[in-house]
Amino acid sequence: MLHRLAPGEPLGLLALLGGGVLALGFCVAAAAGIGDFNIPLRTVFLAVTNNLDLTAAPLDRIEESVVWNLRLSRALVAALCGAGLAICGAILQSLLRNPLAEPFVLGVSAGASTGAVAVIVLGIGAGAVSLSFGAFAGAFAAFGFVALLSNGTVSGPNQTILAGVAASQLFNALTSYIVMTSANAQQARDVMFWLLGSFGGVRWPEFQLLLAVIALSLVVCIWYARTLDAFAFGDEEAASMGVSVGRVRIVLFGVTALMTATIVSMVGAIGFVGLVVPHVARFLVGPLHLRLLPACVVLGAVFMVTADIVSRVILPQQTLPIGVVTALVGVPFFSVLLYRARNRM
Amino acid sequence: MSVVAESLSWQAGGRQILQDVSLRAEPGETLGLIGPNGSGKSSLLRLLAGLRRPGAGRVEIDGQDIARLSRRDMALRVALVQQQSTTEANVTARDVVRLGRTPHRGALAGWTAADEEAVAQALAGVGMQHAATRIWRTLSGGERQRIQIARALAQKPSVLFLDEPTNHLDIEHQIAILRLVRDLRLTSVVALHDLNHAATFCDRIVVLQKGRHIAAGTPDEVLTEDMLARVFSVAGRVRPSPYRPGPEIHFLVDAPEA
Repeated sequence: MLHRLAPGEPLGLLALLGGGVLALGFCVAAAAGIGDFNIPLRTVFLAVTNNLDLTAAPLDRIEESVVWNLRLSRALVAALCGAGLAICGAILQSLLRNPLAEPFVLGVSAGASTGAVAVIVLGIGAGAVSLSFGAFAGAFAAFGFVALLSNGTVSGPNQTILAGVAASQLFNALTSYIVMTSANAQQARDVMFWLLGSFGGVRWPEFQLLLAVIALSLVVCIWYARTLDAFAFGDEEAASMGVSVGRVRIVLFGVTALMTATIVSMVGAIGFVGLVVPHVARFLVGPLHLRLLPACVVLGAVFMVTADIVSRVILPQQTLPIGVVTALVGVPFFSVLLYRARNRM
Repeated sequence: MSVVAESLSWQAGGRQILQDVSLRAEPGETLGLIGPNGSGKSSLLRLLAGLRRPGAGRVEIDGQDIARLSRRDMALRVALVQQQSTTEANVTARDVVRLGRTPHRGALAGWTAADEEAVAQALAGVGMQHAATRIWRTLSGGERQRIQIARALAQKPSVLFLDEPTNHLDIEHQIAILRLVRDLRLTSVVALHDLNHAATFCDRIVVLQKGRHIAAGTPDEVLTEDMLARVFSVAGRVRPSPYRPGPEIHFLVDAPEA
């Protein structure tokens, strides 16, 4: 069923990406239709075209509003989050030459959470902009902490992972401390749900901001795709092939922190996507980044939208935290891949 | 292009790795770098390739101070093959050789006929055309070494730095690689352990000991019984080779210390 495309097989890649985009469209449509009450796909389609002023079909006002204002924006935000986290994982894994690297493992998500929680609970400023700013400051603080502990580029990739584990612990502890000492009961409930990840409450404004951030970041990452290939043998080899290693690391770490901070500030810390999707993508299209990054975008988006549908329907009248679903769906899938990969060697 | 190093010094971890080392490689020359383990050969190659900034001294490639060259301009002139560089990525041998084209390509530029030809030539040069589609992980140590050299050749450099390129290779491929390097007539600086290889393939040799420059000259001038005893702590007899120009070294392993 799954096979690795041979290098230099652009048609295969296009077919895969085309298929992925179709699958994504279907998933988003399904996400807009499925919920506490199901809405037929035809109504979903007409609701979208109505709101784009392409049609003026007479629809149930409530159904139309649910599709457009609640579910569609939520599904598209989920797609962007999945795509963004998958790109972050692919880039960190390549730059650090470590298959475990991703924003969650490196403590960047934890740092962003701490920053956002500090804003929510301690009330530093108010409104979405300062929440994002808090997450942003936290993400960069975590990155700085990891960079400092792992001593920049000199020490090996493993030390960076250890520093990331330390950063996760530190920032999670800080978050708990802030919640335990300063939050009232309602704030604590909000914070806890949001720490496990939730797409509840995201609407079109979040989508627009996220779209701008992810699109910009993707352009930067595609620009550096060839450069990332040159890191396969390490920083020194990359440098000897003409890569300005220091500048590339700063730019790409910065872009990764930007994406992570934006995502965490909106939907909380969602693990596993950044770890697993790049591995699945590599398995399908190989390790070269000009193919890998687009594959990560499509696969990450499909995975996250599907996980969000599952989180909404698996328990009647309740929504599971998205992080629970990504792990429950992702781990068995990943196990099968690992098992198959072992058999092929 | 010529390579000139003037009084290079370099410290790492509070230890003086290189102290006042100078050398000169003329255009087209193959310069051997010999010395015991830890004498600073690899560090010197890193300084020459511009991967490390020297604490003192300077390196010139073709008369230009490399501190003023961008990384990319440097990579268009100079290629480096380090010891035992490896990857976990699932890349093919050809993917690795293609990396050598990195400095020649823009961020989004397509793959050109010149790129393809450089890769094909490089693979043929190290005799690895047949293995181009194999996955890196499945290659033997010697095959990996040859692919790394092909990667450096695909870079189309004028200057080649090689750090013990014959490690892991059987004798046939040791000779094939060193002949290739000599016959390319690039300016090459090659760190070598095998002194007879140095005598066979190098135009001139530089001897390092504990980070200091000990001697430099033709193989006949440098490879002496006295030097073997002083620098390498072994007893040996050096005779002119009856089969080729240059000296030939025999080690006296059971003799009392010379």
